[in-house]
Amino acid sequence: MTGVGTAEAWLRAFFFAAMFLVSLLASAPARAVEPDEILPDASLEARARALSHNLRCMVCQNQSIDDSNAPLARDLRILVRERLKAGDGDDQVIDFLVARYGEFVLLKPRLAWHTAILWGAPVFLLVAGAIILFAFARRRDGAAASAVVALSSQEQARVSQLTQEHEQ
Amino acid sequence: MTAEIGHYALVLALALALVQGVVPVWGARVRDAHLMGVAVPTALAQFLFVAIAFAALTACYVRSDFSVINVVENSHSAMPLLYKFTSVWGNHEGSMLLWVLILTFFGALVAALGTNLPETLKANVLAVQSWVAAAFFLFILLTSNPFLRLAEAPMEGRDLNPVLQDIGLAVHPPMLYLGYVGFSITFSFAVAALIDGRIDPAWARWVRPWTLAAWMCLTCGIAMGSFWAYYELGWGGWWFWDPVENASFMPWLAGTALLHSAVVMEKRDALKVWTILLAVIAFSLSLVGTFLVRSGVTVSVHTFANDPTRGVFILAILTIFIGGGLALFAWRAPLLKQGGLFAPISREGALVLNNLFLTTACATVFIGTLYPLALEALTGEKISVGAPFFNSTFGPLMVALLIAVPFGPLLAWKRGDLAGVAQRLSAAFAVGVIGIAATFAYADAKPVLAPFGVGLAFFVMAGALTDIAERTGLFRLSLGTALARAAGLPRSSWGTACAHFGLGVTLLGIVGETGWSAERIVTLKPGDAVSLRHYDLTFDGLAPRDGPNYRELVAKFTVHRGGDVLGVLEPAKRSYPARATTTTEAALMTRGVSQLYLSLGDNNSDGSVAVRIYHKPLVLLIWLGALVMVTGGALSLSDRRLRVGAPKPASRRDVLQPAE
Repeated sequence: MTGVGTAEAWLRAFFFAAMFLVSLLASAPARAVEPDEILPDASLEARARALSHNLRCMVCQNQSIDDSNAPLARDLRILVRERLKAGDGDDQVIDFLVARYGEFVLLKPRLAWHTAILWGAPVFLLVAGAIILFAFARRRDGAAASAVVALSSQEQARVSQLTQEHEQ
Repeated sequence: MTAEIGHYALVLALALALVQGVVPVWGARVRDAHLMGVAVPTALAQFLFVAIAFAALTACYVRSDFSVINVVENSHSAMPLLYKFTSVWGNHEGSMLLWVLILTFFGALVAALGTNLPETLKANVLAVQSWVAAAFFLFILLTSNPFLRLAEAPMEGRDLNPVLQDIGLAVHPPMLYLGYVGFSITFSFAVAALIDGRIDPAWARWVRPWTLAAWMCLTCGIAMGSFWAYYELGWGGWWFWDPVENASFMPWLAGTALLHSAVVMEKRDALKVWTILLAVIAFSLSLVGTFLVRSGVTVSVHTFANDPTRGVFILAILTIFIGGGLALFAWRAPLLKQGGLFAPISREGALVLNNLFLTTACATVFIGTLYPLALEALTGEKISVGAPFFNSTFGPLMVALLIAVPFGPLLAWKRGDLAGVAQRLSAAFAVGVIGIAATFAYADAKPVLAPFGVGLAFFVMAGALTDIAERTGLFRLSLGTALARAAGLPRSSWGTACAHFGLGVTLLGIVGETGWSAERIVTLKPGDAVSLRHYDLTFDGLAPRDGPNYRELVAKFTVHRGGDVLGVLEPAKRSYPARATTTTEAALMTRGVSQLYLSLGDNNSDGSVAVRIYHKPLVLLIWLGALVMVTGGALSLSDRRLRVGAPKPASRRDVLQPAE
């Protein structure tokens, strides 16, 4: 190893040690709902939790503000609780947040023209699939019916002869 | 030198893959046995060379060879040995190497075990398998080479992402990949059949064990991933409808549908075209999953690196194989003759219904996952599609399917008697109703739907038991006869019942966890006590502790119930200096199938600490149910019918079956 390499390694070790200290000293990130956020009114708190489940922490990957430990999620949780304390209804809180942050904040998108395909797809696919299957079954029944050819009189005679023999 | 050997072996594997992708297909066209025969040795050698490459990378990790960039970025000399092994695939490049290792392993298995496959089919299957392999070899060599060296090796590595330093990494990705890549075999069989333009029940009998094995691994992999997220991420969630989870769930749904439609094809020679299509779709979704995870379209803990060229490359692979597969399907599928008529109310009909619901559910997950990306690309509008959406669309579909599950196995082939089946399920209905009533009576029935969930779970489980009771004649015939019949029952029947029972178990776990979880979020000083449900916890204090490559702050809690001490829980917060990151290590106490779950929040200067305490009733059933399902798969896989090679039509059956 060259001298430069050793110096680099030392620098790196120093850097890591510094980072370690910083990580110990800096208060660790809050983890989801913190005790100090909880409202004294239990029914209001329950509403806040229910709302939080459907709101996205916008800086996170697909996490609700109820699950997330990001500072933004904490701010949003506090905001939701402030609106509830001010006497807002659930819908008003949602409207307020959508007006402020856009629809991106909703984990369950609203039914509208631009989400019609999203919401309609499951129903449409199920119904369309059922119709196709039904049509197939009908066509097959038709095919099966036409495939059955009536017995000729000779065959008919042979059948009755065989059944008679069998019964004896 | 080791890294160079690995690199060279990978290049040789690519060369072999190219040979194997061309020569056998040509041989199958001109019916030349020698040309077709090339596929077997090349498939075996391909696996050998990839194994050498994989071993070389593993050696670099175990020896902490910090002249290899990949090792520097993902390892640390102080890391425990197990994690040195697992970090081989705890990064983008290594995980792709694991992917091709499994791909060529399956190819080698077909080459070695497929001695009684029709020659042209085998040649075509191995060739198609090789096209996939070649594409991924190129991907690794051109964009994600794990063997690149550094000019100046650092003294120490940058450590593995601490979240990944867990036994979960040893199990979850390999299992998941075994599942994903297992579907490549069914894909290759489907494409080979389409090239041949011929398909028969023997084909289905070949494909079913592969599908089953892939499905089992995927089930294990998904369950393990869910369990890992549950105990590692620190808030006790076990399924987040994250795009990356959906990426593994979609092939599972398609694979489950395939498993069921292949039964119809094998037994009744019907649904051929559909089965082929599902085989193509299952692997396509595996590729989509790889794309979603590897390209960085969705950023998450699974996305190890972000590099647009990789995304474009995988997108190209995706387009070629999915587009090619579907085009071939559109072109050749009309050649396949339909057979086997059946009435709508029949076993076949029930399996078709299963397929309808599973594919709709799969499409729902697919659209939900990709809709935000598509909408943003087309209109610039940003929306989120998260858990609440999936719960309210996927949920009802599954409920409908689960109600139908007990009926399926009891219906007769060709033409079933629904009223008769309903009558035979009366005991199972009764169990379900008792479940609902008992839950309403005894449990805190605040969530209105939860007791019905319990009833449905009981119905599904009792339905599976009814299936076995009916087949063996238990309660109808003498016990001795029933036992004799049980011994003679095909393992696949046991497998079906077992897997369906497992489904009920998982459902019960899901209902229990979502319906009756309790939590408390409090700040405690040493000596403080807190209670949740019937558990009392005292906080004894905080203490630092040293690990091999981390430091942690451990909180000690003593758990009491009544006057008895049940045990000590030690949740912790870990700091990993190499990456300057902290993780929360939850502490869990298992009581039966329920768990007490503790995770730490902030600690304050006065020695108090924020703590989240959960009681999660029945939560373990979620994963135990998955294990029961996998056991069902294993039973079915061990069925004699699948072990014995090329199937011959049973002469007895020919006599008994009425002419159609």
